[in-house]
Amino acid sequence: MNARIFFFTLVAGLFLLGIFQTVQRHLAFDIPWMPGETRSVWNIDAKVEFEATGKPVLASLTTPNSQAGYTQISQNAASPGYGLSFLYEDNNPQAQWTIREINGPQTLYYNIQLLVDNGSTDQSITEMPKLHEVEYGAAGVAADLAAGSDIIKDALKTSADAFSFTREVLKQLNASDPNQNVSLVLAGKASKTDILITLLNEAKIPTKRIGALTLEDGRRRQHLQPLIEVFQERDGKIESRLFDASSVKEVDRSDLLLWDQSGKALLELTGGVNSKVSFSMIQQDQPALAAILQKTDNEHLFNFSIHSLPVEDQSLFKGILMIPLGVLIVVIMRVLIGLKTSGTFMPVLIAMAFIQTSLITGLVGFILLVAVGLFIRSYLSHLNLLLVSRISTVIIMVILLIALFGVLSYKLGLTEGLKVTFFPMIILSWTIERMSVLWEEEGPKEVFTQGGGSLVVAVLAYFVMSNEVARHLMFNFIGLQFVVMAFVLVLGSYTGYRLLELRRFKPLADKE
Amino acid sequence: MFFSSPFKLKKKGIMGMNQRNSGYIGRYNPRRLYPLVDNKLKTKIIAREANVTTPALLGVISMQAEVEDVEHFIKDTPGFVIKPAKGSGGKGILVITKIKNGRYYKPNGNEETLAEIKRHVTDILAGLFSLGGSADLAVVEGLIQFDSAFDGFSFEGVPDVRVIVFKGFPVMAMMRLSTAASDGKANLHQGAVGVGIDIATGKAVNAVQFDLPVERHPDTDKELKLLNVPKWERLIYLAASCYEMSGMGYLGTDMVLDRDLGPMLLELNARPGLAIQIANGTGILPRLKLIESLTNAEQMTVEERVAFCKKHFAETPLVEIAS
Repeated sequence: MNARIFFFTLVAGLFLLGIFQTVQRHLAFDIPWMPGETRSVWNIDAKVEFEATGKPVLASLTTPNSQAGYTQISQNAASPGYGLSFLYEDNNPQAQWTIREINGPQTLYYNIQLLVDNGSTDQSITEMPKLHEVEYGAAGVAADLAAGSDIIKDALKTSADAFSFTREVLKQLNASDPNQNVSLVLAGKASKTDILITLLNEAKIPTKRIGALTLEDGRRRQHLQPLIEVFQERDGKIESRLFDASSVKEVDRSDLLLWDQSGKALLELTGGVNSKVSFSMIQQDQPALAAILQKTDNEHLFNFSIHSLPVEDQSLFKGILMIPLGVLIVVIMRVLIGLKTSGTFMPVLIAMAFIQTSLITGLVGFILLVAVGLFIRSYLSHLNLLLVSRISTVIIMVILLIALFGVLSYKLGLTEGLKVTFFPMIILSWTIERMSVLWEEEGPKEVFTQGGGSLVVAVLAYFVMSNEVARHLMFNFIGLQFVVMAFVLVLGSYTGYRLLELRRFKPLADKE
Repeated sequence: MFFSSPFKLKKKGIMGMNQRNSGYIGRYNPRRLYPLVDNKLKTKIIAREANVTTPALLGVISMQAEVEDVEHFIKDTPGFVIKPAKGSGGKGILVITKIKNGRYYKPNGNEETLAEIKRHVTDILAGLFSLGGSADLAVVEGLIQFDSAFDGFSFEGVPDVRVIVFKGFPVMAMMRLSTAASDGKANLHQGAVGVGIDIATGKAVNAVQFDLPVERHPDTDKELKLLNVPKWERLIYLAASCYEMSGMGYLGTDMVLDRDLGPMLLELNARPGLAIQIANGTGILPRLKLIESLTNAEQMTVEERVAFCKKHFAETPLVEIAS
């Protein structure tokens, strides 16, 4: 009894291990359940235009940081003649173009591919940004110092923290019927964003200017939308929220890419004037798996999976990893149904050949080869040969037959027929030999029972093994091998009746 | 209904292939003992040591160079059998029932020349009939003069009695009668008639061909329920003692009856089929379970085991059907 408990624990363990690994892989690496699933990839171009003045040019474009909702797959830049480097300074990635001397209008392109990825998260904020040293009241910002102070005072009264304070200020700034203070503040040339930053700064609330890009398929000549990230510290943790100066509502991040999170300028240019940055974007649907593989290329997350092998070996494994399913079919057909097959796992090998040849061609080719083989083999039995040389003769005969069928079908214009070469010749020879002996000893009936049984199992195994979903699952989730193993083990301890035995013993069961 | 319900089968105590393989063969037959059973020469040797009668051994040919000796072995015999030591399913067995003026005749009357016999031996040595084609030995045995009690019950072949011996207890028996359909072979799946035999009396209880009930032998038209195996006592005793000699817990013993020498062991089978249940019209599981429940089974002598089985597994004789 203990052995039995151990056995079922083992089986359950294998099963759970397999399921766990599979689910874990799905959740952690986002590998889709279905093969056809696609994922959105945003292909975004940033175009930098400026007028070079004949001096050394250094152009630094801030590029997107990793953030919630998107994962960078690749980036590149087109800029003939320029030296290019991708830098990472103060937690902010940049693309930097440099050239010693150039004149006239310049256009630089930067391209980034982003995978829509719900698994990625924002970078954690490690320190509060410093307060800006903006001169309050300078450059037309907040023309009236007192007006600004009044707005702050009003907002402070009706707020609890930095976020609600910001909202209160925004309410005042965006009121449909602005009061006197607000009108005074807005009278200057400064944008609402600048005003908000100045006001928050004055209230000792750290902020950061963010340049966000609204992603919409096929858009061109887009510009960054200014947003304000407001920070506050609570319970030792730093939190931040995004605000749009021209709206009271919270910012909807679903289609927003926070391109510029540097808090500085989007483009820093020396040696040029009249610079302009514009964006264009397209959305592409890529097979999810390819997208994920691209994404993880850099991350080395797949190090211990088959995906880390060279592509050639991967495709080899694609076939090998399907064999357990074929074997499972054989086990089911023999243990649960009770079908007789010639050679235990020969049907699996035949099914693998069918995958190469396609089903109908394979079936016709197989039956033709075995039939002709049996016919010739029946002559060999008259020759009274020793076993080994007889089988060897059959092998050579099968090869000649395959060659003959190949040439014949090619001449007849049936190129499908050439696929007959995919059949495993040794297996075919043994099949013919076994069938022939069976024919002599047990008669043709048994040959058809076993041959038919083998073909039925082979066709079933073919359908399972060539199923796209099954191929996808078995290849990408190694854990399923354990699940199949658990099933095979359970079937191995099945002591109940086989389906065909219910038929066989029926007269006995019905007897009174 | 095409299929019968599995619960009905279970209730009747019918054993299926899966259960036989894992519950009985796998559990009670140690793998290392298989060669004793699969090699007929080894079976013969252990049978001789255990005083279980077997057909007379005329000679063994183990090398191609010895093939010529066949002639020497079969000289002065009324008939003989040449079989591969490791053959299975009755393959490669050559039976010569009549030798006249240096000519050899098979049971169906066909003549076989000495050259053909030698070639048959060569085939056996090459492994033509052995499992997996491995090299084999040819065993030459004396012909069994089968008992006249079976006249008309068999067509062109030796009828044999298959007794399932479980842990030394003869739990179920059947007689296998060759037919024209089975080509003189005694294998049920090839069309031989299986007649269930009452463990207590040796009398027929039920008969089937191709898994379906039959009343009469299809070729000789002999009424099968008249079958009564003579010297049953001795036969079943011999079958039961095969347990000690082979060590196999779940064993099929194939016994034949010689007119002069009485019951003898033909061969052992470590994987006996399930058709015996159909031939007996009853499931074997209740009997196996009863034996398994015995606590003192290992201490019982052969006589005690046979007596136990006679007491518990006796059939009520087949009721005569008014015709």
